[in-house]
Amino acid sequence: MRFFLALRCFFSVLFAGRLPADALRLLPAAEPPTAPAVPIEIAKTQPMAAPAPMTVKEPTKDSTGGAVQLLALFQREGRLLDFLQEEIDGYADAQIGAAVRDIHRGCKRALAEHLPLEPVLKDAENARVRVDAGFDPARIRLVGNVVGEPPFSGTLRHHGWRTTKVSLPVSTATDPMVVTPAEVEL
Amino acid sequence: MSSQFVVGIDLGTTNSAVAYVDTQDPSARIQLFQIPQLIAASTTEARSTLPSFLYLPSETEFSALALSLPWNQTQRSFAGTFARDHGWKVPMRLVSSAKSWLCHSGVDRSAPILPWQAPDEVQKISPEQASARYLEHIRNAWDFAFDKFGAKLADQEVFLTVPASFDAVARELTVRAAQLAGLMHVTLLEEPQAAFYAWLGRSAEGWRRDLSVGDVVLVCDVGGGTTDFSLIAVSEAEGNLQLERVAVGDHILLGGDNMDLALAHNIRVRVESQGSKLDNWQFAALVHSCRQAKEDLLEKNLEVAPVVILGRGSKVIGGSIKTELKKSELEAILVDGFFPICDRAARPAKAARVGFRELGLPFASDAGITRHLAQFVGAHRQPTAVLFNGGVMKGEPLRKRVTDTLSSWNGQPLKLLSGTDFDLAVAQGAAYYGLVRRGRGVRIRGGTARAYYVGIESSMPAIPGMTPPLKALCVAPFGMEEGSESEVADREFGLVVGESAEFRFLASSQRKDDRVGNLVEEVDDRMTELAPVATTLGENGESGAGNVVPVKLHSRVTELGTLELWCEEVGGAARRWKLEYNVREAS
Repeated sequence: MRFFLALRCFFSVLFAGRLPADALRLLPAAEPPTAPAVPIEIAKTQPMAAPAPMTVKEPTKDSTGGAVQLLALFQREGRLLDFLQEEIDGYADAQIGAAVRDIHRGCKRALAEHLPLEPVLKDAENARVRVDAGFDPARIRLVGNVVGEPPFSGTLRHHGWRTTKVSLPVSTATDPMVVTPAEVEL
Repeated sequence: MSSQFVVGIDLGTTNSAVAYVDTQDPSARIQLFQIPQLIAASTTEARSTLPSFLYLPSETEFSALALSLPWNQTQRSFAGTFARDHGWKVPMRLVSSAKSWLCHSGVDRSAPILPWQAPDEVQKISPEQASARYLEHIRNAWDFAFDKFGAKLADQEVFLTVPASFDAVARELTVRAAQLAGLMHVTLLEEPQAAFYAWLGRSAEGWRRDLSVGDVVLVCDVGGGTTDFSLIAVSEAEGNLQLERVAVGDHILLGGDNMDLALAHNIRVRVESQGSKLDNWQFAALVHSCRQAKEDLLEKNLEVAPVVILGRGSKVIGGSIKTELKKSELEAILVDGFFPICDRAARPAKAARVGFRELGLPFASDAGITRHLAQFVGAHRQPTAVLFNGGVMKGEPLRKRVTDTLSSWNGQPLKLLSGTDFDLAVAQGAAYYGLVRRGRGVRIRGGTARAYYVGIESSMPAIPGMTPPLKALCVAPFGMEEGSESEVADREFGLVVGESAEFRFLASSQRKDDRVGNLVEEVDDRMTELAPVATTLGENGESGAGNVVPVKLHSRVTELGTLELWCEEVGGAARRWKLEYNVREAS
């Protein structure tokens, strides 16, 4: 489902933008495609030992505030947290699908506005690509039969994502840990 | 005044936008001012439009910090995205459509009446003040952003757009709102003209290829709340092409919001017939979802679009209601409902006036925009080209319907002028107009879009149950140019010192041949009565209370685009008194 793609982007962006590299390993059950979406996987098996260097400039000094703000953004625009926190086992796929379209639309728009994404490599996935000597391992990850010296030739398995800018709204929240307030109707 | 920046402000019914040109930039590019605003509590972000909504919170609702803007840490009420997005959940504290109220002569427009029908506890404000608040937000945001240039908005040349259908009173109120906001020298520009300027500004001389002598361009501007028509004719003088705005339509309170509501009501019936009862919150969510579905269907050319109301609580899937909107439904409701096929003789239906009409905005009683168009075109001229503007016209099927209808009236296809941004063209065109005024482009001639009259009650014996017929004396003709003045020469009035003098005041967008001093024997339905004009002689300490002073009426169209009426004493001391629009008088 497209939604899960968006979800993967969300996590990738959220963590790439905010958390140190070792946090990536703590990601809950990194399913194969949920792995940090930056690398380009060439061929099969054997994840690389090298930790992904996540050196993205911090837009704010306080990463807690930034992370909560990002969550607030996705909640506001797409009710993402409500969705993630909801027990969905009991619902039929069609029911989930209907709601997800809306959530997807809102989150995607928020992403496009605040953290616009573009592929790290512009080539189509599954195309043959060349990795030259001196490539940036932060941008490109090699997997599979990694032997010898660059240039390498391989298959682009995932084109990666990078944000072209990080622009979060200015916040003056008094309690930075509140993602979304409770709502009481009078 | 030759300021560094030329600024165009589109103060819209539902959205406002600001564009500007830095005249020191050799490319003279028109840029959009991204307006910082609250988009949620404690969250400020710059957006390309400022939703024209104002929220008046209670004392305890938000902390001062939650509402603080970079330039104002203590504001209580707030305008923009957060006002709109939060306000629909608290309608009694939300001011919306202030601009429509500004041109509604049935209410006192300077009295605190908004939010309409709010309880007394809410500190209400007047339509004029609400408009001023949006402009004040824009001014403060600008001053904050342009601080580094030392360029305060009040010192820049500012062009503020108003609907072409705004009469002299609504224009005056708009200028007053700007002054309340600290913008003392704004110049008014009609919105359809601004949209046309945006089109002209796209290519320096390209318009001369697209238009030729004899062309009449219809600017069809359908925004969130209002529909506005203008005709611009192309003529030739001394070998040069000239543009002249030859007609404007009357004010039609009908726009995209009505369409979204119509869709939502249709779907509500279906959803409720399936057993789910929608509360107000869900209905508002439905309206929003319908708008989204409408845009998808119109712009992406889908056959069917989902309409989903997400659950209100934290259970977003559990509480959701799903239905869908088919293209065929959309076309039946929107295209045929709001843009019905009709012939050129069609006229909008008039609502029967009932004894007790609920006050409130005078929405158009006929939703058929094409019928309003038939009336407009019938009263003026048949267009040969059309330029669309306003968010509604983004829908291709709607544009096609209008073009097809106009072509069928014409018996030949219309030229389509395109390439402007339907949402932002008015602000951009207003900024471009600033350049035009500095000699960098062709100017549309126009003058006043209406002829103006004072009413003179005929002297006849009182007959019970019959009001004496009203005659109308033309004081300003159609097309009176900015900066010009005229005198009603051969008619004198006697005003009594120490007493207030009041004239009934009328306007007509259709009577183009009346000259100053013409007396229309019988007021017909091509004239609309506006708020009266009044002055009090002797307020300035003039002596001689009770004396009758003979005066003549003068009218003057200011450089800013407002109409002033003066009483000038005949002979003697040549004293003059300005007649003020009495907006307190509900007509």
